[in-house]
Amino acid sequence: MISVRDITKSFGEKNVLNGLSLEIPRGETLVIMGRSGSGKSILLKIITGLISADSGEIWFEGTDISKLNTKNMNILRQKIGMLFQSAALFDSMSVAENVAFMLDQHTNYSKQEMRKIVDEKLELVDLEGVQDLRPAELSGGMRKRVGLARALAFNPELILYDEPTTGLDPVTCTEINQLICDLHERLQVTSVVVTHDMHSAFSVATRMAMIHEGKQVAYGTPEEIINIDNPIVQQFVLFGAPDQILNIENPILKEYLGR
Amino acid sequence: MNQQSATREASGRFRAHPILRNIKIRLYNVLSEIGQAFTLFFQTLFQIFRPPLQFDLLVKQLLLIGFNSLAVVMVSGFFTGMVLGVQGYIQLKPYAVEGSVARFVCVSIVKELGPMITAFVLAGRIGASITAELSTMKVTEQIDALEVMGTNPVKYLVVPRFLACSIMLPTLTIFSTFAGIAGGFTAVVTLFDVNGYFFLAEVQKNLFVGSVLISLIKATSFGMAIAAVGCYKGFSIPTAGGAEGVGTATTGSAVISLIAILILDFVLNHILFNILGLV
Repeated sequence: MISVRDITKSFGEKNVLNGLSLEIPRGETLVIMGRSGSGKSILLKIITGLISADSGEIWFEGTDISKLNTKNMNILRQKIGMLFQSAALFDSMSVAENVAFMLDQHTNYSKQEMRKIVDEKLELVDLEGVQDLRPAELSGGMRKRVGLARALAFNPELILYDEPTTGLDPVTCTEINQLICDLHERLQVTSVVVTHDMHSAFSVATRMAMIHEGKQVAYGTPEEIINIDNPIVQQFVLFGAPDQILNIENPILKEYLGR
Repeated sequence: MNQQSATREASGRFRAHPILRNIKIRLYNVLSEIGQAFTLFFQTLFQIFRPPLQFDLLVKQLLLIGFNSLAVVMVSGFFTGMVLGVQGYIQLKPYAVEGSVARFVCVSIVKELGPMITAFVLAGRIGASITAELSTMKVTEQIDALEVMGTNPVKYLVVPRFLACSIMLPTLTIFSTFAGIAGGFTAVVTLFDVNGYFFLAEVQKNLFVGSVLISLIKATSFGMAIAAVGCYKGFSIPTAGGAEGVGTATTGSAVISLIAILILDFVLNHILFNILGLV
């Protein structure tokens, strides 16, 4: 569905993405892992056109995003939903207004039609009766759910999650992970999850990729990632992956564990 | 030959003094900021004429900027007029021309102090609040969210504020000018031996349509400057700027707006009175 080809991005003298290439297949939940500052969130911003890459191409269903003008980019953005790290809800609006924002901006739906869609999307993320609350009145987990409902409002083909579990307690993290899995099953939507939370990564991923020093160093199913013979990947996975999925026969892991 | 000049000669290049280098970097940053601010200004002008114009957002900003600032603008105008009245009378009396105090108050308020006081009040009140609001939206990724949802942030956030400031500044200036003349009248008539009817007749004699037009042109320009600076400072903060960045941007916005108003006032005075020869 999305093909990232040889993307580079620098800020001043710092090279964040250094020839990154990545395939995001339709219908999959791809988890992109990497250390803080490895360029994961920058990649999401490049995919959504918030910042432009210095070089390289991003193909979204046969269209090179990097060559689109603002008008066409805005049309393409209607196919993308994004859950921001901080949820990025509009403080000055109620929950219902937040969820209905895209409908209000890009459609001619009546208030009743929008209200119906808002209720439907909030139900999808297990939130009801919060329509008239302000974002400031919500807990961290509820804010993420509202952010997700807003991302789903326009029935996107692609959902991007930027650190969906950051700053949440373990119970809420599990609930958000479950929600991502449920949405994937129910809507069959393509998802990209950027995270360094390994529990979250292994809970939601159908495919995983790891970025290190601005390049892809690993790509595959969770099982393949666990068994990849790459110290950088193993070190990253070792400290976070749930014990039950770790392959303790892996020689690198054995070395770390001292067995 | 000392060691430093020997090194210079050896390298074959003249290295700029650190102070010069610092000035160069600062100058580059200032010019770059001015360039970015003008880019945002022209983007705003372009977006104003691109349909649809969201009237609900404009009305909200008109109320916020206009109605909520009316009282403070009128109080400021009234007391400025009173001070002018008192000072004018005291300064003119030794020359036995205290009868001209009405003309002094009227011309000063209409041509200069009315738009200026209104702009100063709004720069502190509205310009800073626009920056605080937009920069908070920037650091909490709300502006990114707008863009990801296919909404142009300049059209959605800047255009209503820019139009509201450009419309409400002249409107509020009319009120502050009225309050200023009323303040001058109150001070002069109650504190000194000046006839009220004489004062009002002198005001009427010296109040020209051209003067009011100049006042409104100035006020509109000040309104545009306040909105442009406020929005630019709000948008220019980096996402990682945090609370400190919001505070710095807000203070910077108020300071730059005040300086911009003063510079703009001088330029407009020169153009309107000196070049175009308006009275």
